[in-house]
Amino acid sequence: MLDHRETPPADVLIKGAHVLDPRAGIDERLDVRIANGTIAELGPDLESDGEVLDGAGKHLFPGFVDPHVHLRTPGQEHKEDLDTGTRSAAAGGFVAIVAMPNTSPTVDSAPILRSLRESARREARVPVGFMASVTHGLAGETLTEMAELREAGALGFTDDGKPVHRAGILRKALQYQKLSGAIIALHEEDPTLSGKGVMHEGEVSARLGLAGIPSISESTLIARDAAIAGYEGGRIHIQHLSARESVEAIAEAKARGVQITCEASPHHLTLTHDALLERLDTRLKMNPPLRAERDRQALIEGLRSGVIDCIATDHAPHAREEKEQPFEDAPMGTTGLETAFAAVYTELVKPGVLPLELIVHKLSAGAALMGLPTPLIGVGKPADLVLVDLDASWEVGESGYESRSENCCFDGRTLHGKVLTTIAAGGIVYRERRLTAV
Amino acid sequence: MRHLLSMEDLDRAAIERILDRAKTFTEVSEREIKKVPALRGRRVLNLFYESSTRTRSSFELAAKSLSADVINFAASGSAVDKGESLKDTVQTLSAYRPDLIVIRTPFVGAPELVARWTTAGVVNAGDGKHEHPTQALLDVYTLRERLGSLEGLNIWIVGDVTHSRVARSNIIAFQMLGAKVTVCGPPTLIPRGMEALGCDVEYTLDRLHEADVVYTLRMQHERMTDSFVPSLREYAAQYQIDGRRLSSRQVLMHPGPVNRGVELAAEVIDSPQALIGQQVAAGVVVRMAVLFELLAGRSAPQPALSTPVPA
Repeated sequence: MLDHRETPPADVLIKGAHVLDPRAGIDERLDVRIANGTIAELGPDLESDGEVLDGAGKHLFPGFVDPHVHLRTPGQEHKEDLDTGTRSAAAGGFVAIVAMPNTSPTVDSAPILRSLRESARREARVPVGFMASVTHGLAGETLTEMAELREAGALGFTDDGKPVHRAGILRKALQYQKLSGAIIALHEEDPTLSGKGVMHEGEVSARLGLAGIPSISESTLIARDAAIAGYEGGRIHIQHLSARESVEAIAEAKARGVQITCEASPHHLTLTHDALLERLDTRLKMNPPLRAERDRQALIEGLRSGVIDCIATDHAPHAREEKEQPFEDAPMGTTGLETAFAAVYTELVKPGVLPLELIVHKLSAGAALMGLPTPLIGVGKPADLVLVDLDASWEVGESGYESRSENCCFDGRTLHGKVLTTIAAGGIVYRERRLTAV
Repeated sequence: MRHLLSMEDLDRAAIERILDRAKTFTEVSEREIKKVPALRGRRVLNLFYESSTRTRSSFELAAKSLSADVINFAASGSAVDKGESLKDTVQTLSAYRPDLIVIRTPFVGAPELVARWTTAGVVNAGDGKHEHPTQALLDVYTLRERLGSLEGLNIWIVGDVTHSRVARSNIIAFQMLGAKVTVCGPPTLIPRGMEALGCDVEYTLDRLHEADVVYTLRMQHERMTDSFVPSLREYAAQYQIDGRRLSSRQVLMHPGPVNRGVELAAEVIDSPQALIGQQVAAGVVVRMAVLFELLAGRSAPQPALSTPVPA
């Protein structure tokens, strides 16, 4: 159910890299030989008469999978399209991504989905899966033809960008899930609580005089939806967790045996609303908003304890003129594909907050939640790999972005950990420019 | 200092310098020819995205009293109505080479954006619910004139704090000059986290007698539709400052325009304790001092100031 354009299968030997795959139990210096896009050999001192990539001093991980990306196609190609969005993914080490349906028009019928998948087979650099909407036009009123959409290749269903506000509609979607079998992913926000809010409600919004989005607008809806999912025996995935109360709500639901999973984004794991005091930068405006330090700590603890299942970027590109507006007028969202690993590595792994293997694991754990194969380093497996230089530091945005948009919340920051090469579905889809220039 | 975007751009010394200079300007208004040449040849652009009577006119009068040329640009009826973005408007108007842009906008942080997009100095004349620094300066000026100093004063700010840029700037200014600030109003109209600004929070007027200064905020009618308060009647019953609640040793302030009979009862507006008229009068001299501070520069020798010459 993933689509991408044909890439020539790689024949390449990656020599001397430190290979780390927590699922495969590999954590050592190994050579990896890829033949015809498949991992052919793993071991010390391998030979090849084909291309050799020098991995000395570098790390090789299973490729990352992002279950939450906005590719803005169809309809908003001035922000992003299938080509630029998947280039951006490749540059971030992602070997598969899942696109959200809040496009224009909404992906809410099989013909739209089919045509989108066709475009992806022509344009996408890395495999893309598509979600369809739960309700027509994200209006929250009537269910889409989920069974037909599923047959047409929808990975799952979501009204992302909006909550499924009416409990009765979500309940019917979960009943219908018995037929479609696909995951329902939820953007949790009670609009009667979030109102006209543009940032986290707290000390910073009080100081700036900006309308706040309280943490409870997220956590109360999670609690409600977990109750509905538990009652119906349905399976839900909670998107972009931001608040401490939400982590608690998910932990409680998991303890009760509800089939609920969730994701957290690199920006919520590494930044807080305090960043807005330094500069009221619209790139720091996203929904859910950057919250307080106690929320960030709860997310980190959630990753560590397993309450949070995976990391997802919520890559949300917007054009320059859309973001170059007063804060309250600017649209919500930050790009994130190209900075995901580096941001989390720099802020959480390097200072010793979380172990590297946990981050590597969480950056591909979204695959299984969406029903996709998880990249694994092993002989006979398709090559889905990312080669990273952990020591390389770079300034975000200094040499532009692969994404069509530049609204990255980490812009200007110095991050450590640079993706050098990405191999997705057996083909080399990204080479760091300086590396190829040599 | 090139811009005045927030009260936090100023320290105590800068505030006192501006207020002292404002004091010297009072004499100008008392002359037959109400003008000094201090800013002759300078251009001040008033860019107002919200309606405003007293702030805009007092900036205009301040600039003219200092002999600057003033251009007024109101958003309605201009290219803004045709969808021109703030950035394009500012860059277009910058082509007129203003030395200073005075901006009033419904958007928090917009003056900071403007400062990035122009080479002119920028004065924030109110940005959304964020700040209104020249209002805070004129309030501090008025209090200093009446009470000598703010050091150790107990100041209560009463009303709709959530939607008040005046409250935010004044909390910062009052505290910088040594006063203790308490904000008081309906719990629905005091934002969560307000204590972070260093003030105390009260939800009733029970301890209002402790205040030396009672600063009331305007209660806007549209707050009722959003259920922030059930009715103006209920609000007035709980929070209106009237002759019973205001003691004779307290002074009363309000940034205007007043809703007579809502946040203030008629008898206190007209009482000798009310400084509301003095606040308006202070607006011109304080804004003259702000323009002078930003345009004439602190280090530039300005002998004309101490012995102003009629233009």
